[in-house]
Amino acid sequence: MRTSRRSLLQTHNRTAYAFLLPWLIGFFCLTLGPMLGSLYLSLTKYNLLSSPHWIGFDNYKTIFSDDSTFTHSLVLTFKYVLLSVPLRLIFALLVAMALNKGIRGLGLYRTVYYVPSLLGGSVAISIVWRQIFDSEGIVNKFLGWFGIAGPSWIAHPDYLLYPIVALSVWQFGSSMVIFLAGLKQIPADLYEASQVDGAGKIRQFFRITLPMLTPVLFFNLIMTIINSFQAFTPAYVLGDGRGGPLDASMFYTLYLYLKGFAYFDMGYASALAWIMLIIIAVLTGIVFATSRYWVFYGDGKEGR
Amino acid sequence: MLTMRRNYSAAIKHILIILIGLAMLYPVLWLLASSFKPNQDIFTETGLWPHTFTFDNYRNGWKGFQGVTFARFFGNSALVSALAVLGNIVTCSLAAYAFARLEFRFKKVWFSLMLVTIMLPYHVTLVPQYIIFSELHWINTFYPLIVPKWLAHDSFFVLLMVQFIRGIPRELDESATIDGCNQRTLYFRIILPLLVPALITTAIFTFIWTWDDFFSQMIYLSDLKLFTVQLGIRALFDPSGSSDWGALLAISVLSLLPITIIFLAFQRYFLDGIATTGLK
Repeated sequence: MRTSRRSLLQTHNRTAYAFLLPWLIGFFCLTLGPMLGSLYLSLTKYNLLSSPHWIGFDNYKTIFSDDSTFTHSLVLTFKYVLLSVPLRLIFALLVAMALNKGIRGLGLYRTVYYVPSLLGGSVAISIVWRQIFDSEGIVNKFLGWFGIAGPSWIAHPDYLLYPIVALSVWQFGSSMVIFLAGLKQIPADLYEASQVDGAGKIRQFFRITLPMLTPVLFFNLIMTIINSFQAFTPAYVLGDGRGGPLDASMFYTLYLYLKGFAYFDMGYASALAWIMLIIIAVLTGIVFATSRYWVFYGDGKEGR
Repeated sequence: MLTMRRNYSAAIKHILIILIGLAMLYPVLWLLASSFKPNQDIFTETGLWPHTFTFDNYRNGWKGFQGVTFARFFGNSALVSALAVLGNIVTCSLAAYAFARLEFRFKKVWFSLMLVTIMLPYHVTLVPQYIIFSELHWINTFYPLIVPKWLAHDSFFVLLMVQFIRGIPRELDESATIDGCNQRTLYFRIILPLLVPALITTAIFTFIWTWDDFFSQMIYLSDLKLFTVQLGIRALFDPSGSSDWGALLAISVLSLLPITIIFLAFQRYFLDGIATTGLK
C-alpha cells in the first residue's frame, strides 16, 4: 500500500512538473536568472561590448550623490503618480456610482467609457494627445471660451507633465469597470436599512459605499501605483524621446531606457532598475501595511 | 409628481453622462475625422466633420517609407501578436492546470513565487534579458517578443486561469477519473473545454498588449523590414513638427482598428474579465 502510494505520488509529481515545465523554464531563465543577473550587473560597469568590470557600489554611490537627472526623474515620476493615481481613481469611482443604480443603457455607457483604456496605451493616441494639447489645440480653445489663455502645454517644460497626467486620467475606464463590479456586490438591504434610520445620500456614501468598496479600492490602488510608476510610452512620445524639453518628460523608466539603450551603460541602468524595484516594493508595502486600518472585509475579519 | 421629478433627474443624469462620454471620445473622434481631411485643413478646421473628404492620407500613409509599406508592418504585428496569443493560451493553461488541480512537491513555494512575479516591474529583468537574447543572436528577430509567451512569462494569466479552474466542480474530475481519464487526458477532455471563457479573455488581452507593446518592440527591432505598426507610426512621426500629419493620423486610425474590432466583438469576455480579475 505504502509503496504504491509513494509511486503514485511520484507519477503525480512527474505529470505535474511536466505541465509546469514551460513556466518553470520561464521563471528561471526570464525572471529569477535575469533578476540576479541585473543585481550583479548593477555592481559593475558594462557596455555590452567588453565584459563587465566590477566596481562595487560605485553605480549606487553616483546615483545617490552625483546624479541630478536621477533625482529629477524620481521627483517627476512621483509627481506623476501622486497626481494621476488619485484623480484616476476618483473619476472612476464617481462615474461608476453614476452608472450603478440600474441605469438604462449601462452596457453602452460602460463601453464608451472603457474605450480610452483600450486605446490609450498606443503610440497613436499619444500623438493625438500632442495635438489636442498643442498651444493652438482644442484644450486651449476650450479654455479660451472662458477667457483663459492656456499655455503651450507640450512645448513648455513647466506644463508638459499635465497633458501626461491627463492622458492617464482619461483612461479611468478600466478602474471604473472594477468599481462597478464591486458596487454590485454591496447588498441593497444595507441602503434600505440606513434609509429607514434616516441616513442621507452623502452619509450613505461614507458609511456604506466607501467602506464596502475598500477591498476593491485597495486592489485598484496597488495596481495603479505599480503601473503608473512604469509609464513609458506617453513620456516618450509626448516629450521628444530624449527626456526633453529640458528634462520635462524625463520619467524614471525613460531615464533607465536612455542609460541602458542609448548610452549603453548597462550596469548603471541595472542599478536604476533595482532602485525602482525597491521603491515600488516599499510603496506597495506601505499600502499593504496601512490597509488594516482602512480596508474593510465584509466577512468579519476586519483588516486581516 | 414624484415620478415626473424622478424622470427629470434621470434625464439630466443621462445627458450628463452622455456629454462626459462625448468629451471622453473626442480625441478618438478627432483622430478619425482628421484622417479624412486634407493636410492643410487638419489644424485650421475647427469642426469635426471634414469639409473636403479625402482618402489621400490613407494612400500616402500606407506607402510607408524607404520602399517598405505598412502592409509589411501590419503583417509583422499580426504575426507577433498571433504567436504571442497562442503561446500564452497553451503554456499558461498548462501551468494553471498544475497549480489548480495537481498535487506535487513544493507547490506552495512555486505558487507564491508565481504571485510575486506578477507584481515585478519588468525593468528589473530587462537588461539581462536583453543580454541573453543578444547572446542568442535574437536581436532583430521576433523571438524576444514571442518566446517569453511560450514560457508562460505573463504570470497574470496563469493566476486568472487558476482562479477559473478552481471554480470548475471537482466532481467532474472525479467522474471522469472513474471513466478512465488520467491527469493528462483530464486536462484535454474536461478542463480545457470548460476553460474557454478564460482562454478568450487571455487571448484578447495578450493580443492588445502585444499589439501595443511599443517598448520591447523598440528595444529588440531596428531593422525596417521587421518593424511593427507601433514602430512604423513612431518613425513616421517627427517630434520637431514636420510630419505628414494626414498620413500619420490615417495610419494611426488603422493601427487602432484591430484592437477596436476585437474589443467590440468580445466585449462581454473583456469587461467581465476585468471585473473579476482586475486586469490592468
